[in-house]
Amino acid sequence: MSFLNYFINGLSLGSVYAIIALGYTMVYGIAKMLNFAHGDVIMIGGFAVYVCTSSLGMHPLIAVLISIVVCTVLGITIEKVAYKPLRKASPLAVLITAIGVSYFLQNLALIIFKSDTKLFTSVISIPLISLADGKLVITGETIVTIIACLIIMVILTLFIKKTKAGQAMLAVSEDKEAAELMGVNVNRTISLTFAIGSGLAAIAGVLLCSAYPTLNPYTGSMPGIKAFVAAVFGGIGSIPGALVGGLLLGIIENLSKAYISSQMADAIVFSVLIIVLLVKPTGLMGKKMSEKV
Amino acid sequence: MKRLKINRDYLITYGIVIVFYVIMSILKGTNNLSSLFKGLLVPLCVYMIMAVSLNLTVGILGELSLGHAGFMCVGAFSSAFFSMIMKDSITNPIVRFIIAIIISAVVAAIFGILIGIPVLRLRGDYLAIVTLAFGEIIKNIINILYVGKDADGIHVSFKDAASLGMGEDGKIIINGAQGITGTPNDSTFTIGIILLIISLFIVLNFMSSRSGRAVMAIRDNRIAAESIGINISKYKLMAFAISASLAGMAGALYAHNLATLNALPKNFGYNMSIMILVYVVLGGIGNIRGSVIAAAILTVLPELLRGLSDYRMLIYSIVLIGMMLFNSSSKAEQWKAKFSPAKLIKKHKTVKEAE
Repeated sequence: MSFLNYFINGLSLGSVYAIIALGYTMVYGIAKMLNFAHGDVIMIGGFAVYVCTSSLGMHPLIAVLISIVVCTVLGITIEKVAYKPLRKASPLAVLITAIGVSYFLQNLALIIFKSDTKLFTSVISIPLISLADGKLVITGETIVTIIACLIIMVILTLFIKKTKAGQAMLAVSEDKEAAELMGVNVNRTISLTFAIGSGLAAIAGVLLCSAYPTLNPYTGSMPGIKAFVAAVFGGIGSIPGALVGGLLLGIIENLSKAYISSQMADAIVFSVLIIVLLVKPTGLMGKKMSEKV
Repeated sequence: MKRLKINRDYLITYGIVIVFYVIMSILKGTNNLSSLFKGLLVPLCVYMIMAVSLNLTVGILGELSLGHAGFMCVGAFSSAFFSMIMKDSITNPIVRFIIAIIISAVVAAIFGILIGIPVLRLRGDYLAIVTLAFGEIIKNIINILYVGKDADGIHVSFKDAASLGMGEDGKIIINGAQGITGTPNDSTFTIGIILLIISLFIVLNFMSSRSGRAVMAIRDNRIAAESIGINISKYKLMAFAISASLAGMAGALYAHNLATLNALPKNFGYNMSIMILVYVVLGGIGNIRGSVIAAAILTVLPELLRGLSDYRMLIYSIVLIGMMLFNSSSKAEQWKAKFSPAKLIKKHKTVKEAE
C-alpha cells in the first residue's frame, strides 16, 4: 500500500512537472530557445495568488484566474522586450538574455516580497480520501493536480490539431520561413506560444504551492530545471513527450526518495536522464533528425 | 608575418593581466584597497580562470556546457582533501599547495574524460542539459560523502559519519553536507595570478597548435573535418579534458581560500556554471582576453553596486539584458553599422570624391 501511496504522490508531482515542461517544450519547438525564465514565471504565478488570497481576501478561483492573466501578460511582455529583438541572434545570446530575465524576475520578487518564505494556503478545498483503512491516503491537491494535467493535455492537443492558430504553431515549429511564405503571422504565433506557456506556468505554480505550501523568490527555479529535464527526457519539442517525461520524472523522484535516499533523489533523476539520452539521443519521443551535408 | 601578429596579440593579453596584478599589488601595499576588495582578489582569479576554461569548451570546441562548476567542485574537494591529509606531513605550504593544485587538475581531467566520453556524443541543447545533469550529480554525491582518517587508513561512507567505523584517533575529513572544515588558507593573489597566466598560456598555445586547429575545424564544420581524417572524438575529448583540468585548478584556488568548503547550490550548482557562461558570452565567445576582462568587470560590478543594497542584483540583471540586446539584436546591429567609424570615414571619402 505504501508503494501505491508514493506512486500516486509521484504522479501528482509529475503532473506539475508535465505542465511546466509543456511551456518549455512549446517555446523550444517554436522559438528554438531554452526559456530559462520559465521557472520564475511559476514563482510569479504563485505570488499573484498569494497576494490575491492572503492580502486582498479574494476567492481562490478568482485569484487563480488573475494569476493566469498576470503570467500570460508577463510572458508576452518578456517575449516582446527581451527575446523578439534577438530573433536572428545566436542561440547562446538568447540563452544569456533568458538567464538575465530570470535574475530580473527573482530579484524583483525579492524586493517586493522580501526573501523570507511565505506560507501558502492551499487554494483547493477538496477533503482527502482515505482508502483501505487509512493505509492509502490521497489528498485533494493530488487529485486536482492529476486531473488538471489531463484536462490541459487534452485541450492543448485539440487546440493544436483542430484550430487554425494551433496549426500555425505546428507550421512555424516545422519551418519558420516556409510558414511565413504561406501567410502565417510568425510574430503573433510566437507571442501566442509564450502566452499559453506562461498561462500554464501560472497553473503549475498554484498547484505546486498548494501541494508544497511554501513560497519564496527562488521557489520556481528548481522545479523549473526539473521540468526542463522532463521536457528533454520526453524529447524536447514534443507535447506528448513532455507529459510522459514529466510523469516519469515525478514518479522516479518520489520512489527514489522513499526507497533509496532522499538526498540522492536529484542525482538519481539526473542519472536516469543521462542514461536515456545516451541510449536515445533525442529523448523518449523526440524526432530523429538526419543531417544534411 | 601572421605568426608574429598572433604572438603580439597574446602578449597584450598577458600584459593586461600583469598590469592588473601590479596595480592591485601597489594599491594593496599602500593600503588603498578596501577590505572588501582585498577579499575579492582571490575569487576574482578563480572566476577569470573559470571563464578562460569554459571559453575553451564553448568558444573553441563549440559545445555548450552548463555543468562547468561540477569540475570546479571536483578540483576543490580533491585538493582540499589532499591538503587536509598532508597538513602534518608536508609543512611547507607552497610545496603542499602546488601538489594540491596538480592533484586537482589531474582529478578534474579524469572526470572530464569520464564524463566527456558519453557526453560529447550528444549535440547542441542535449549536450548542454547532460552537462548540467552531471554537474548536479557531482554536487549531490559530494553532499552525502563522508570520509574519515584514522590509524587504519581512510574510511569512506555514503550514509553518515557514524557508519565510518573509525578508531578512537579517527578524524572526519569530509563530513557530508558540512563539507571540509579547516582547509589551510594557502591561496594568495600572487598564486592566483600565476595560475591565471598558466591557464592563459595553455589555452592560447593550444589554440595555435595543430590539435587546437583540429578542434576549431571540428567546431566550424564537423563533417568536413571528419572527411579530411580528423579524429573527432579524440580532439573533442582532449579539449574537454584540458578545460576540465583548468576548472579543477580554479577549484583548488577556491577551496584554499575558504575556512569551510561545502557543495552548495550557490557555489557549485548550475547557477555558478551559468554565471561563468555569462562571463564567456559577454566577453565574446572564443575571445580569451574578453573572458578575462568580462569576468573581472562582472565580479567587481555587483560589489561596486553594494551601496544600492537590494537593488544591486536587479540592476545587474537589467545591465545584463541591456548588454545582450545591444550586442546581438538586429536593430542594434543596424544602428552600429550606421555609425561605425569605418563607415563614416568611407562616407566622408565618397563625399570628397564626388566633389
